[in-house]
Amino acid sequence: MILLALLAIPLAGGLLAWLPRDRHASWSRFICLLALVLDLGLAVGIWVRASDDTWLAQARWEWLPGLGISFHLGLDGLSLLLVVLALFLGILSVAASWTEVTTRVGFFHLNLMWILTGIIGVFLALDLFLFYFFWELMLVPMAFLIGIWGHENRIYAAIKFFLFTQASGLLMLLSIVALALAHRADQGAWSFDYFDLLGTDTGRLGPWLFLGFFIAFAVKLPAVGLHTWLPDAHTEAPTAGSVVLAGLLLKTGAYGLIRFAVPLFPEAAATAAPWAMALGALGVLYGALLAFGQTDLKRLVAYSSVSHLGFVLLGVFAGNAQALQGAVMTMICHGLSTGALFVVVGLLQERLHTRELSGMGGLLSSAPRLGGLATLFAMASLGLPGLGNFVGELLVLLGAFRTSPWIAVLATIGLVGSTVYSLWILQKVFHGAPAEDVVVRDLSAREVVTLGALATALLWLGLHPQPVLDTAQPTVDSVMELLRE
Amino acid sequence: MSDRDLLALMPLLVLAAAAVVVMLAIAWRRHHGLVATLAALGLAGSLASLPFAERAAPRSVTPLLVVDGPTLYYWGLLLSGSLVVTALVYLYPLRGGERWEELYLLLLLATLGAAVLAASVHFASLFLGLELLSVSLYAMIAYPRQTGVAIEAGVKYLILAAASSAFLLFGLALSYAVTGELTLTAVAIALEAETPSLVALAAVGLLLAAVGFKLALVPFHLWTPDVYAGAPAPVTAFVATVSKGAMFAVVLRLFHDLDGANDRVVLVLTLLAVLSMLFGNLLALLQDNLKRLLAYSSIAHLGYLLVTLLAAGELAQQAAAYYLTAYFVATLGAFAVVTCASDTEREADWLEDYRGLFWRRPAVAAFLTASLLSLAGIPLTAGFVGKFLVLTAGVDSGVWIPVFALLLGSAIGLYYYLRVIVVMWSDGPAPAHPRLQPLGALTLVSLAVPLLLLGVYPQPLMELIRAFQP
Repeated sequence: MILLALLAIPLAGGLLAWLPRDRHASWSRFICLLALVLDLGLAVGIWVRASDDTWLAQARWEWLPGLGISFHLGLDGLSLLLVVLALFLGILSVAASWTEVTTRVGFFHLNLMWILTGIIGVFLALDLFLFYFFWELMLVPMAFLIGIWGHENRIYAAIKFFLFTQASGLLMLLSIVALALAHRADQGAWSFDYFDLLGTDTGRLGPWLFLGFFIAFAVKLPAVGLHTWLPDAHTEAPTAGSVVLAGLLLKTGAYGLIRFAVPLFPEAAATAAPWAMALGALGVLYGALLAFGQTDLKRLVAYSSVSHLGFVLLGVFAGNAQALQGAVMTMICHGLSTGALFVVVGLLQERLHTRELSGMGGLLSSAPRLGGLATLFAMASLGLPGLGNFVGELLVLLGAFRTSPWIAVLATIGLVGSTVYSLWILQKVFHGAPAEDVVVRDLSAREVVTLGALATALLWLGLHPQPVLDTAQPTVDSVMELLRE
Repeated sequence: MSDRDLLALMPLLVLAAAAVVVMLAIAWRRHHGLVATLAALGLAGSLASLPFAERAAPRSVTPLLVVDGPTLYYWGLLLSGSLVVTALVYLYPLRGGERWEELYLLLLLATLGAAVLAASVHFASLFLGLELLSVSLYAMIAYPRQTGVAIEAGVKYLILAAASSAFLLFGLALSYAVTGELTLTAVAIALEAETPSLVALAAVGLLLAAVGFKLALVPFHLWTPDVYAGAPAPVTAFVATVSKGAMFAVVLRLFHDLDGANDRVVLVLTLLAVLSMLFGNLLALLQDNLKRLLAYSSIAHLGYLLVTLLAAGELAQQAAAYYLTAYFVATLGAFAVVTCASDTEREADWLEDYRGLFWRRPAVAAFLTASLLSLAGIPLTAGFVGKFLVLTAGVDSGVWIPVFALLLGSAIGLYYYLRVIVVMWSDGPAPAHPRLQPLGALTLVSLAVPLLLLGVYPQPLMELIRAFQP
């Protein structure tokens, strides 16, 4: 029941937040905050009481028994971490849009909450039909969020985002159906249940089905070549949209790889591993290179996401526990650090009405608190020891080095790239000569709390990552076990 | 005819009686509300008599008709669809001096024809039902005779439908020449031979052309956009749903035992399906008129439905029934919004008419969004479960080419549905939208409920469909 509550609270919260008229917009915001805090409390409650079992909670209801489809939810360490991340970032998105979104506030929060519902559903679903259901469910409100409250080129970005993710999702649906049919041919009964489908003998169709899943997840991740929707979507989305996109939506791709693509098709995954790793390393380099070339601050951060998620792809396919742990860690830390950077860009845009680097400079003197916190996040992004991202990326590189040293070396060069663009942001925006004699307002108390929470989380993950690693351990172990078989 | 025969035919009898009553009522007193109520009562009465007919089912009533599971299911679907169309006709804004009472009469007759089609197992009843449906439709499409486009659409439909009827008749005659039988199974028998004769193949070819015309499959689709755009919105809704649904019910029966009977027929069907899915979706991309857009989208949807025909088998039949139901709900929903957004000046059939609808009529816009998303096959809506079932049936039978065309078509399709949705939330000079009448609200709600329910909780309908399997 507790899993159903995790889903139902944001769903209902979104509907309630829609009710107040625009005159009472703050009601919508408070309702969302309340619902998300409550939900986060539930999730943290599970974490505190967590036992050593792989599956901390499960729930199952019949849905379409004729085809073996059930409403099967389950929560293990990995899901738990990502659900907590989703709710944490959800709260911060509500806070970050407090002054940014002023039109159609109720509908905005409805969409935001429903995206979160879809994302949490993706992290909990253990029935492949249900998984696809949630996977698609989050797209529509996300497209609305970008298309209605976004910036200049929002419609184009929203449609591009929707088409990319939908078209790749259809391939996954095809794979899911074919997998279920292979299981039926094997066992004589319909089932879309994750545990039933594990170990299904797909024969020579296997690699193709794996490819269907892989493409869907690689678009979301995004892997190089399938990433072109991302800079547009990120740049045009409102701050809350960017935070949710970078922090959570991209993670659903990585989660899908870890939970579904690799365990369901261990052989195909092993065959594809070198290619996927190379793609990951390429992403690290390519993302860093393009980030450096951007003049739009938001686009720059968007390309840095491509770079960071390259590490995740590398870690997932490196084929050892260390790298996989690193991938999980990178997922979480990237969610926090990139989310934070998008909030910073949002704050700058609210104050300067531009995202162009050329229009900024010397802001540290007039906004020391903003500058200080932004420095911390940039440092996190470039992988400074003591902050979370360092732990994740180091683990990925260590793990990957054991299987394919050259690819690991290539990815390490990418780290240098991320140092360059991170320092470049700081230099251009906060140091140097002021572009014009603008005096920007420093952070308000609400904004300090928002960014402070993110900074604290990153520091905690960097200095004491063990609780997170411990929580993810059972999941990582079970994936490794499947790979070894 | 025994009592049980009459019992089984009760829905048809009620419908025919209702047509007579409506005709007499018009002769007695021209009153829009009265006639509409009578027509709605007739359809509701016909629906209410379905459980009685079920008691007699399965039963062959004369060699012409059969009342079995699928018949009853499609009767239910067609009658419900007509009931919604009746409400839409009543809601349709009339210009001064227009008299719409006879449209209800035509609507009942067309529904009767559709119901006969869905039950027919014989060439005679097939042709009878089809002509009853088509002839009523000629008049329905051209009904608002003050407007040139409606007349044009009506004449276009008349000429092409008559030609397709000629094809059908010739096909039936050839089939009779080969087999000496007039039942629908004759077509299958004609093809059973190791190498079917040229005459048999010609018969099936002509038959397919006639069917393709009615279902508006590519390359027999040319009438669709003009007729959709020219006819009044409620009539368009009828053409899109009841007329095509009845024909598809016949096709399901016709090809039920054709399961891979002949490679050439399968090839032609595959071609029709793939072309419809691709061209329907591609041409829809170019439309700025909502009714034309829905016309092309319906071409694609019938292509998706053909996948179930190619897949054949129990699951495919269930998928077809589910998909058709979802298509009915979503299409009627879209046309209901067009009807409710129109005023006496003109129909709201351009995309621009919907600019900013989200901010002035949020409920209507949300409903149209849900209908379009259902047509696009997005979760939470009926269309998603339908598409999932069609896909499953297709993969199960290994008909890969149509399955991939379905995926490709769906991906393309998303774009134009999104375009409509985007217009609804865009700002700009927005046209004034008429207030939603209580009956309009009721219609929208009664469509919204199945639209979402079938998407979230498909089990009851699946059980119903399974109970009405052949």
